[in-house]
Amino acid sequence: MKILVCITHVPDTTSRIAFTDGDTKFDKNGVQFIIGPYDDYALARAVELKEQSGGSITVLNVGEAETEPTIRKALAIGADDAVRVNGFPTDALFVAKQIEAVAKDGGYDLILMGRESIDFNGGQVHGMVGELLGIPSVSPVMTLDVDGNTAKITREIEGGKEYMEVPMPFVAGCQEPIAEWKIPNMRGIMSARTKPLEVKEPTGDAAKTNVKSYELPPAKEAVKLVEPDNMDELVNLLKNEAKVI
Amino acid sequence: MAALAFIETDEGVVKKSSLEAVSYAQAVDGEVTAIVFGAVDNIESIGAAGARKVLHVQDEKLAAPNIMAYSSAIANAMNQENSDLLVLAKSSLGDPVSARVAIKVDAALASNVSELPDTSGGYSVKKSIYTGKAFALTSLEGSKKIISIKKNAIAIKEDGGSAEVVSFSPSVNDADFTVTTTKTEKAEGDILLPEADIVVSGGRGLKGPENWGMVEDLAKVLGAATGCSKPVSDMDWRPHHEHVGQTGIKVSPSLYIAIGISGAIQHLAGVNSSKYILVINKDSEAPFFKAADYGVVGDAFDVVPKLTEAIKKAQG
Repeated sequence: MKILVCITHVPDTTSRIAFTDGDTKFDKNGVQFIIGPYDDYALARAVELKEQSGGSITVLNVGEAETEPTIRKALAIGADDAVRVNGFPTDALFVAKQIEAVAKDGGYDLILMGRESIDFNGGQVHGMVGELLGIPSVSPVMTLDVDGNTAKITREIEGGKEYMEVPMPFVAGCQEPIAEWKIPNMRGIMSARTKPLEVKEPTGDAAKTNVKSYELPPAKEAVKLVEPDNMDELVNLLKNEAKVI
Repeated sequence: MAALAFIETDEGVVKKSSLEAVSYAQAVDGEVTAIVFGAVDNIESIGAAGARKVLHVQDEKLAAPNIMAYSSAIANAMNQENSDLLVLAKSSLGDPVSARVAIKVDAALASNVSELPDTSGGYSVKKSIYTGKAFALTSLEGSKKIISIKKNAIAIKEDGGSAEVVSFSPSVNDADFTVTTTKTEKAEGDILLPEADIVVSGGRGLKGPENWGMVEDLAKVLGAATGCSKPVSDMDWRPHHEHVGQTGIKVSPSLYIAIGISGAIQHLAGVNSSKYILVINKDSEAPFFKAADYGVVGDAFDVVPKLTEAIKKAQG
């Protein structure tokens, strides 16, 4: 089985978010970048599927040269080779077009990625790739098991889940508990250094959305504390000040 | 100019978040058509929220949610109605459907939009990014646009009038039905977490799943949905679909009540776009108090039942 895992290179979940250049650029100062947590689940499941039934895992990132340490980490976790499309991931459409270009003649049985990136939270790329390639897309996927040419999956919905059968090839946006995150071991880290990492130039497709500027939410005022034996006062505040109950 | 709103239902009832999408589309465009699939109990609410016409898809094959077939049907409706704008609520169905429609109709797609667009000099929207920690003012290019809105992006209109309901038979392909749903499991009768105006969440401070009764009692008097922190879902005290946070459900209710949750940054990421936050925690140093509007430093086992009683009393 040939699996393509698409990963994002995103700030660690504990990062302080700030912007520079007149609020037009993300401030990378002091920020640690990681494999997107949802993408990390997708990669971990790919490694398990390969352990079960063989095959190969290619990891794909759309990003500039600075993302290579993140790609190497994915190789250390268990991908066999990697492709970096050398372009800034301006929007979901741009990224989806790059994935399409890599995937269309790649003969992949599964294209896995996270349900969304944790920087832009769009949750759009998997659906766009499925549509561009003319194959099914499912998200958010909680479990994925392969049975011949079909995969059995569960998809989370509001308040529950759906059980589905999906013919391969297809695209899945993954989330927990599809697999446990894998921590690279020393052997993986050593071998990742010499695994192939191909750099491709992006297609000419343009983004359809562009960030003009960023802003931070207004600072919170200090919390109003209410004594535990004064719940009537709390109800009064919720009802007459906040007007939410 | 014409806008289409995609309506989702839950147990045959139009979702509130979808009515927000209708009112949003109406505020942007004025002339709104809505599309809804399967049996609907309260179809009139769509007109009241601001739609002039409802395309009702009654084909049995399309009654249950289907990412690919719904995408084809919506693209078909946009073409038929000459819609240059599609508005929908961000959801587990809305995300994949809007992405596929964007490719089918060649539209610019923005999701997590929290306010009406700015059309002075171009067309831009404010998107919530970094899991609620920031916003991006984003321009949308091209003649067709899709906007996926966040809960509470707009108030639902209730007096918009009535809509003409017409039966709609979209053209779908066999290829749209290769994915089969074999079973759906859903908690019945519960208020869905992303839909709720008030969310009551419990954390490890509640010590065990057997203590959730007081969370449920408080949620019940408030008409709220229940949520939980990641450790609680990881320990299987509560189901995964109640997990609120960075890797779980992101909520933006009017009021978020956190009980016995310390407020790790990953949890805050899922709730920081709530209008108001009330934190109940016995540790006055809990980081959650820094993100809260109201706080009670006290033992949840003492405070929560008292709060429930006080609300009941105020409700009369």
